[in-house]
Amino acid sequence: MSSRNWAENPQTDDSSAKPRQANASESVLRTEKVSVYYGETLAVQEVSMDILKNSVTAFIGPSGCGKSTLIRCFNRLNDLIDGCRVEGKVIYRGKDLYSSKIDPVAVRRRIGMVFQKPNPFPKSIYENIAYGARINGFKGDMDELVERSLQRAAIWNEVKDKLKTSGLSLSGGQQQRLCIARAIALKPEVVLMDEPASSLDPVSTQRIEELIHELKQDYTIVIVTHNMQQATRISDYTAFFNAEAGKNGKRYGYLVEYDKTEAIFQSPQEESTKQYVSGRFG
Amino acid sequence: MTASTQDRHSEEFPTSKMEKSYSTPRTAINLALTILAFLLLGVALLPLFLVIGYVIVKGANRLNLELFTGSIPAALQQGGGIAPAIVGTLIVVGIAAAISIPFGVLAAIYLSEFSSGKIAWWVRFATNVLSGVPSIIVGIFAYGVIVVTTGTYSAVAGGFALAILMLPIVVRTADESLQLVPQEVRWASVGVGSSDFQTVLRIVLPAAMGAIATGVTLAIARAAGETAPLIFTALFTQFWPRGIWEPVPTLSVLIFNFAGLPYQNQQELAWAASLILVLLILLASILARWVASKSTY
Repeated sequence: MSSRNWAENPQTDDSSAKPRQANASESVLRTEKVSVYYGETLAVQEVSMDILKNSVTAFIGPSGCGKSTLIRCFNRLNDLIDGCRVEGKVIYRGKDLYSSKIDPVAVRRRIGMVFQKPNPFPKSIYENIAYGARINGFKGDMDELVERSLQRAAIWNEVKDKLKTSGLSLSGGQQQRLCIARAIALKPEVVLMDEPASSLDPVSTQRIEELIHELKQDYTIVIVTHNMQQATRISDYTAFFNAEAGKNGKRYGYLVEYDKTEAIFQSPQEESTKQYVSGRFG
Repeated sequence: MTASTQDRHSEEFPTSKMEKSYSTPRTAINLALTILAFLLLGVALLPLFLVIGYVIVKGANRLNLELFTGSIPAALQQGGGIAPAIVGTLIVVGIAAAISIPFGVLAAIYLSEFSSGKIAWWVRFATNVLSGVPSIIVGIFAYGVIVVTTGTYSAVAGGFALAILMLPIVVRTADESLQLVPQEVRWASVGVGSSDFQTVLRIVLPAAMGAIATGVTLAIARAAGETAPLIFTALFTQFWPRGIWEPVPTLSVLIFNFAGLPYQNQQELAWAASLILVLLILLASILARWVASKSTY
């Protein structure tokens, strides 16, 4: 339980919050003893970790281990959930996102999000991209931004002749790429993806994975996935979360092990990681 | 193996053919109940067709241009139309809509988007109670609040009464329509950096607009047919409406007044007015259906 120990005492060994074998790349997001509560119920306990720049970090673990809850702390989306409370610090560019001086609306332009279920706005394809830019005070050429974002998300060729039609008219896989285009149109530094391919067919999933691979040159990507093969295919680093029952019998999640993806899947340090990645539970 | 399975089946279940047979009780009861349900459906629809048919038969002979242009005849006067009452109904319902739609939709936005569970529960409960208040009580209330205070029966008083009747319908349908917008869409909007205000105004409300319009149209249709709350608010005149602070004639009160008069001309006009009112409400309902079919979710 060595990783649990540092999670409980991060000050004593601060560097271990980074993936064990990480080289000296720059940390973009850092959590310090982040715990999340829904009402009085603990959902995630004291996670301390660093997300490294221009890499893909995958969160894996069984259901209910708090992966999605944790990723939503990174752009303060948990604010929308009644009774959700976050303790600890989420540090982005040297600032604690949960400090009272921070405007969550401004955070969310810099840290974009792609959701589990494709959720385009009930507006035209063009407006799906333009809306976010417009409300964030975009001054440049809107047509160009729309085209560039759709191209970057590898969907331009499919939609260029029907930009005025509703985003809801697209197939599920196309909708999800539209949502990715919408997120990257705002030129975020970090893109959070909460199981972006879990509701898609294998072909669409492959396209999304190729896209993620492309995008990591410019963006830092954090992705929650239930699919371990997907984590090995796309991620540089993998964090394994597990859940266990607390004193009141309710399960809460915690970070077990965080390392380079090959290390997690080939030489995990923790017994529970080994069991999970070899498919023996979860 | 196969043989033994078959054997066990034939022991535990009665042997039966696969062909359909109306002599078995199960099939016969099934058929009988289907026919019964179909007949009861016919009975349930009968009043609608009888009412519409009867109103058409009685009102159609006065359905001409004069009906839509002529002014309301006084007692013993021949001819005339119901144009002032049509205009009056539009004015009163227009006032009611102008009051109830903004309040109702804003209340629904609060309920659906911003309120906490407990407050929302009480407001929804209060709305349901309000929708159950008899319309004549609402009329008396409007009489006390507007007519007594201003010292005159008026279109505004009538509109106020109808607005109270429309309000719960608008609130409830708008609330339900807003809740139909998937939570993910709100998250998406917040995720690209919208404020709550922008999310509601630019994303959620437009997405729910079709369904809200349906509810509003149905509320208007309901209000247009109300008589009791107008009798002592908008009152009735046989003259053209001269302003919103004066009594105005309305279709429903015209029907109420003229149906009881012993003159054939007025009785015919009451039937014709009934036909127009039914057609207006029918039209509004069809419009509501059409708008609903265009809505996003």
